[in-house]
Amino acid sequence: MWSFSNIAGSIQNWLNQTFSPTWSLVMQMIIAGIAVISLFAVLGLILVLMERKVSAWMQIRLGPNRVGPKGILQTFADTLKLLVKEGLTPAGADKLLFNLAPVLALVVGMLLMAPIAFAKDFQLWNLNIGVLYVSAVSSIMVISILMAGWASNNKYSLMGAMRSGAQIVSYELSAGLSILTIVVLCGSLNIPDIIYSQADGWWIFKGHIPAIISFVIFIIAVTAETNRAPFDLAEAESELTAGFHTEYSGMKFALFFLAEYVNVFIVCAIGATLFLGGWMPFHIGQWQSFNHVMDYIPSSIWFFGKTFFLIFLIMWFRWTFPRLRIDQLLNLEWKYLLPISMINLLLVTVIAILGWHF
Amino acid sequence: MFEEIGTTTEGDLIINVGPQHPATHGVLHLVITLNGETIKKLEPHLGYIHRSIEKMCESLTYRQFIYVTSRMDYLSAHINNQACALVVEKGLQIEVPDRAKVIRVLMAELTRIASHELWWGAMAMDIGAFTPFFHAFRERETINDIMEETCGARLTMNYMVPGGVMQELHPNFQKKVKEFIKLFRLKVHEYEELLTGNIIFKNRMKDVGVLSKEDAISYGCTGPVGRGSGVSCDIRKLYPYDAYDKVQFDEVIETAGDSLARYMVRIKELHQSISIIEQLIDNIPEGDYQAKTKAVLKLPKGEFYQRVETARGEFGVYIVSEGGTTPHRIKFRSPGFSNLSALDKMARGSKLGDLVAMMGTLDLVIPDIDR
Repeated sequence: MWSFSNIAGSIQNWLNQTFSPTWSLVMQMIIAGIAVISLFAVLGLILVLMERKVSAWMQIRLGPNRVGPKGILQTFADTLKLLVKEGLTPAGADKLLFNLAPVLALVVGMLLMAPIAFAKDFQLWNLNIGVLYVSAVSSIMVISILMAGWASNNKYSLMGAMRSGAQIVSYELSAGLSILTIVVLCGSLNIPDIIYSQADGWWIFKGHIPAIISFVIFIIAVTAETNRAPFDLAEAESELTAGFHTEYSGMKFALFFLAEYVNVFIVCAIGATLFLGGWMPFHIGQWQSFNHVMDYIPSSIWFFGKTFFLIFLIMWFRWTFPRLRIDQLLNLEWKYLLPISMINLLLVTVIAILGWHF
Repeated sequence: MFEEIGTTTEGDLIINVGPQHPATHGVLHLVITLNGETIKKLEPHLGYIHRSIEKMCESLTYRQFIYVTSRMDYLSAHINNQACALVVEKGLQIEVPDRAKVIRVLMAELTRIASHELWWGAMAMDIGAFTPFFHAFRERETINDIMEETCGARLTMNYMVPGGVMQELHPNFQKKVKEFIKLFRLKVHEYEELLTGNIIFKNRMKDVGVLSKEDAISYGCTGPVGRGSGVSCDIRKLYPYDAYDKVQFDEVIETAGDSLARYMVRIKELHQSISIIEQLIDNIPEGDYQAKTKAVLKLPKGEFYQRVETARGEFGVYIVSEGGTTPHRIKFRSPGFSNLSALDKMARGSKLGDLVAMMGTLDLVIPDIDR
């Protein structure tokens, strides 16, 4: 059957036959790097267009509909415009940090791509602590935002960066704890292990109520972590004009923009992996024929379908809810989400020890 | 220049919000002294859109100066025109036909609905919800179409003239207004479902920017801002003009004085405006739409004042006449100016994020404040 792992395997075989082992490894790394970069660009284009179309749909508008059929080339045109725009560096800015910040944001996004399983047995780097790696690397994101806010020499940027720092550091706790509940249930940090443990049912269905609670907390926490509305205080448009990227223009701004969308993709991919079974097809108990039909859908389609469903959910939040205030935001985390997720983790540990999960 | 303003102890941040800023909806300039996220002091700076409308009016005739007032509070253009027409009629003791009075009230209430809709959308956008803006504008467009048919314009209508209204209603007017009212009753519920019941919205609005009744009176706050603080200040009720004494409606008063109270006043006013229009739309009396007036109007020597209730509050026109064809002196009392002056009082001690909620519920139209 056509699948990513077969294609990857045949490329690897061909490389091994044609080149010496060292060169084969180098070639594989180059191909993987190019694949990540192009996936990055494609995701940026697709997600920006999707956001605009979803928002238009919710706001009784048409959205972009002039460039290309149904406006699908709109983001290409926008990217082209941003490419040729002048990238200003404001007077009094810390030039090194100012220019480094968007690149760092992008690099973090690329690093996070590594352990994600895009299809059955198709992964760039099968890391045995995959989930821990994701939580660890994603917290570097806040540094790039703080750098951007501090280096811009702008009061709005600084305030946006400070808000963002407080916000991301707080919400990482809840996100981490809700990831831990799944880790406790399946007893592994390795992403393929987590996915295979869901072969006879996704964790959201078979993990009892604690898994559902941690799924809800996870979605709230990652929405906050990626600075998306209703938690978009870092770039609160009506308060701080554009927050931490007020002073950025041209391609430097585009990199931040791209990093935001890729981060949304990554957290949704992690959510899909942990709670919705990654590339695992949807199976219902003993319905053999139904399960068989589901198996025929390629695993990559399952993965991207689930991920884009979660992305749609996060976009839906953005176009529905008003923004929280900074103290309400921190109250929500420290007074509600964190205690709930701690108790939830305790509960799940008890369930796992007593072997009540199935 | 701005560093000198305010009490700048060590560590305070002075931020200029505006004159170009997404939350000010115009060229308002606020100098804010911040301690972290908390506002210590707020100072509005005006003058960026000053066009000396009052001085301009002094060189225009009593028929001409009405048109300039559409450019002040452009969202209440009809009601501004109405106030000017009323003050000239008062000076010349012109008897306005009943038909014209009813048409004026209908137009004024449609204007009020349109203005409140724009406020609703813009305020929601200020606190971070983008979608309500488009829902509000969808219905506002219908009102603009109705206005366009009868008045020939969508924003600065210039429909009210001394002695009545400028021209006859469009034949479709009654039918279209009835259709609109029927639709709009449903849509107001949709608005409330979208925003009023939302828990984030309630948290953002409740106990934010509290203005006590005493403060509201001493700052001269009128309109929904005053009524949100429990001050009875509806000019339509207290000093009825045109056909307002013929219709039944309630003066909406909330006592909490916070942003949510001001929000609720405006939402309830939408219902009152609907009811006023419903009472009048089938009962427009037959007759002339305009009283016969002289070609050249000359107000007698003296002072004349007329106040009306715009969507933002009490709007007053004060004219000193020397008996000529133009006003000797003219002064407008605009609601936005007084309401803005209370912003510093409300904002002190609250977070920066609350400022946009307060400004949203003050419903500021900058050309009205800064004439």
